[in-house]
Amino acid sequence: MRGNNYIYIAVMAVVSLLIRVLPLTLIRKQIKNKFLKSFLYYVPYVTLAVMTVPAIIHATQSPIAGAAALAVGLLVAWFGFDLFKTAVCCCLTVLILEFFLV
Amino acid sequence: MQEYSLKSIQNKDAFKSGFKVGIPIGLGYFAVAFSLGIAAKNAGLSPFEGFLTSALCNASAGEYAGFTIIAAGATYIEMALATLVANARYLLMSCAMSQRLDAKMPFIHRLIMGFYITDELFGAAIARPGTLNPYYTYGAVAAAAPCWAFGTMIGVLAGNLLPVRLVSAFSVALYGMFLAIIVPPARKSKVIAVLIVICFALSTLCSYLPYVRDISEGTRTIILTVVLSCAAALLFPVKEESETEEQCQ
Repeated sequence: MRGNNYIYIAVMAVVSLLIRVLPLTLIRKQIKNKFLKSFLYYVPYVTLAVMTVPAIIHATQSPIAGAAALAVGLLVAWFGFDLFKTAVCCCLTVLILEFFLV
Repeated sequence: MQEYSLKSIQNKDAFKSGFKVGIPIGLGYFAVAFSLGIAAKNAGLSPFEGFLTSALCNASAGEYAGFTIIAAGATYIEMALATLVANARYLLMSCAMSQRLDAKMPFIHRLIMGFYITDELFGAAIARPGTLNPYYTYGAVAAAAPCWAFGTMIGVLAGNLLPVRLVSAFSVALYGMFLAIIVPPARKSKVIAVLIVICFALSTLCSYLPYVRDISEGTRTIILTVVLSCAAALLFPVKEESETEEQCQ
């Protein structure tokens, strides 16, 4: 059963706000707990990696183009392209390949 | 001691230099927000709902995770958990930023600075030396935030108008951005590099495994994130070096 879009958005907004504002307003000292620090340190990489693969392969019309975009994105990001340039390279890869594949 | 009125020349200058940094950030936001708008449309959101989400949440991965939750028709609890997990890095950034604020900074400034913690705006703010001036962040936000919100709205609208080829191409912009966030640290740390490869492999495996593949995408993301991050934290605790900034208290 699907919920109400506005309630979904409100839940997202409140959680997003609390995550960002609570530490900023409450923490006045460095976090000491080593496990917690390490866990927080790894979370962003893990969650983004898990969200990117395999989703990128299914996002495009041709899975081959999606896989190629993944390869190109990994490569250019490795060589220091910023967020915007990497995103553009991935898009162009799909655009060009799908002229031949689709 | 810091002055908190926009009338102070120091704050005006900070706002201006923030605005300049915000322009290229805003351009990048627009492209990614557009791709996010396509995801919002696929989840059944209206252009206004897409605009509202981006204006209130300011989070690419978090909003994307949210849209997959909406698309799956999952529960509000799942939505809260997915948002929490996808945005967990902002918790860490907020913790880091807390170390760089004037102890006397009024709550309202902490609130607004927190509200606009994103990968790029946090990066721009934290790169400045010493105690952070909130007006620098406000300048960057003034340039970048509208691009984010309107970009999403236009993405929802133009998902209908654009040729399928272009929609298909734009839909990978967001993933490209995610890659640009995770790859540079992987280059510096073998642990992160191997961790990311394991994430790719397990996430793909989980999308094919019987029973596991029936769990919603958002929930799979939460479970994988918690399990893999815990394992990494236990096996490879982070050394103190990354948190050596001086405390400003």
